[in-house]
Amino acid sequence: MPQHELILLKNMMRPGYGGSLAEYERAGGYQAIRMTLGKIPPADVTTAVRKSGLRGRGGAGFPTGVKWGFLPKDYQGPRYLCCNADESEPGTFKDRQLMERDPHQVLEGIILACYAIGAESAYIYIRGELVLAATILERAIGEARAAGYIGKNILGTGVNVDVWVHRGAGAYICGEETALLESLEGKRGLPRVKPPFPATHGLYGKPTVVNNVETLANLPHILTRGPEWFASIGSPPKSTGTRIFCVSGHVKRPGNYELPMGVTVRELIYEHAGGMRSDKPLKAFIPGGASAPFLTPAHLDVKLDFESVAAAGSMLGSGGVTVMEEGTSMVWAALRLMEFFYHESCGKCSPCREGSSWLVQIMRRIVAKRGRMEDLETLSDLCKNIAGRTVCAFGDAEVAPIQGTLKYWRDEYVALIREAESANLIMPEPAGAKR
Amino acid sequence: MTLSEKYRDEIAAILARYPVKRSALIPLLYLAQREQGYVTEEAMVEIARILGLTPPQVYETVTFYTLFNLKPVGKFHIQICKSLMCALVGSDTVIEWINAKLGIGPGETTPDGLFTLSLVECLASCGTGPMMQINEDYYERLTEEKVDRILADLRSTGSSSLKSGPFMWPEPMKT
Ligand SMILES: Cc1cc2nc3c(=O)[nH]c(=O)nc-3n(C[C@H](O)[C@H](O)[C@H](O)COP(=O)(O)O)c2cc1C
Ligand code: SF4
Ligand code: FES
Repeated sequence: MPQHELILLKNMMRPGYGGSLAEYERAGGYQAIRMTLGKIPPADVTTAVRKSGLRGRGGAGFPTGVKWGFLPKDYQGPRYLCCNADESEPGTFKDRQLMERDPHQVLEGIILACYAIGAESAYIYIRGELVLAATILERAIGEARAAGYIGKNILGTGVNVDVWVHRGAGAYICGEETALLESLEGKRGLPRVKPPFPATHGLYGKPTVVNNVETLANLPHILTRGPEWFASIGSPPKSTGTRIFCVSGHVKRPGNYELPMGVTVRELIYEHAGGMRSDKPLKAFIPGGASAPFLTPAHLDVKLDFESVAAAGSMLGSGGVTVMEEGTSMVWAALRLMEFFYHESCGKCSPCREGSSWLVQIMRRIVAKRGRMEDLETLSDLCKNIAGRTVCAFGDAEVAPIQGTLKYWRDEYVALIREAESANLIMPEPAGAKR
Repeated sequence: MTLSEKYRDEIAAILARYPVKRSALIPLLYLAQREQGYVTEEAMVEIARILGLTPPQVYETVTFYTLFNLKPVGKFHIQICKSLMCALVGSDTVIEWINAKLGIGPGETTPDGLFTLSLVECLASCGTGPMMQINEDYYERLTEEKVDRILADLRSTGSSSLKSGPFMWPEPMKT
């Protein structure tokens, strides 16, 4: 199997590594802070991150240094950093591993980001179910505070950064950055209408950066080894560095694999994840979490980088790769994801709130073999009328499973509906029944 | 005893983390739930008073979040992930096992008040499914035998050593 250098998972892959402060330091941890704080001007840190080509690992893939550059330069009041640890995109389970196995790597990234943007407070917004990760982070923050890496006057540099863990309470939408801010302010997690963007009006209306856990965990490495080194990994210039791909579904060895961006799906599935779990061949896969449209075996040589996956008609998203074997009903799979989106719609805007309910009802009746041919048109129309017409990107995400499966497996929808129709011929329902 | 009397220091520490009081709402609701297993009306009124909010403001927020129980649940709250990735590897079967072993379906509690079953969406362990969370602990890569042992452990000692530790999958290979 091709070997690739590990960056983010390197420490924890060492047998016996427990993620304590002492172990992290022994592995070279907190050197980036020593080399950077008070020695390199914050603006130069931002420039270095921009040069590295690092793009957000939370889903949207926005260039991190560019995002930081949007903060107002001359603003004197407080600024905030929020670490997005909501990890709720079905198919994604990497941030949990980063936090539970090497929490100081995440904390060092947070401190560096705070320094670059001039924030003195950072909140780690972690999904409520991840109690163990929250406990481990709290303990790590205590260690880092005692060692002088967090708090007032860090290592005598005059830099102040405090870090707090804030638990969410069960709502997928709070991973969307403005919903996260609302939730952190103690309100319902309803996404805000943008603009204004968090860079100018974020937490408590102050300039704010929201970054994903994995994005932040890359920062210590970029600062110690240099932006040029980072920019040489992966598929430069647009997709640099590694990704932690979360492989789930019908493979022999599901799990997290850190690989340079640009590896093919084929290499990921057949070399690293051990191939299919049985002799049934691959039928479909999702390349980037539940919000990414399904792809087919014809796409196995697509490179897993932002541009290539987008060109193939899907998205790299959160890095969650779900594999499905021959025999899996695609209509059923799309329904499972649709049930998720229906449950998680926050209800703020009507195309998503009403649309998700209609979509799920139609999908349920097709799967229950009570569908009609017109349903296919209705599904397509609904999808078109939701995507791009909502307050937040959830609207685009929720139509992905149906649009993707309709594109490649329309025949499966048709077969289910035909069965329904022929059943009705033999046993006609009384007029007005069901439906 | 009220929450403010019992947890004076903890509440003060929570409030100190935020420049705006309302941010302490979810943390205080967690405190109330830890105390009684669910969030009572009295707790909501008291939290409103602590934060300078109206009770409806607290109620409107608490109802948005699925992790807060507004009525009592069983001592062990079993939450099985039913999202696609777990469903591909058998989560529906786990639901059947629980149903057969405890005689409860989704949303139901055993008559002895020990177990409540809920079906939930993805819990960030899709590579180690099927899985369930019971109270604060994760249980992953479930088999029927494992489920039996977990339930027996919980009944007899209140906890089970089969719960997940710090997560990493696959585990590092010995070289
Ligand atoms: C519906 C929805 C859910 C999201 N969930 C998450 C999440 O769980 N974790 C995350 O890091 N980003 C999530 N995002 C992306 C965030 O809005 C935001 O882009 C990201 O946190 C920015 O960080 P990054 O630039 O480092 O990726 C979600 C976006 C949407 C629209
Ligand atoms: S698109 Fe859906 S989730 Fe996003 S704001 Fe509208 S209703 Fe809420
Ligand atoms: S789908 Fe079950 S944990 Fe993600």
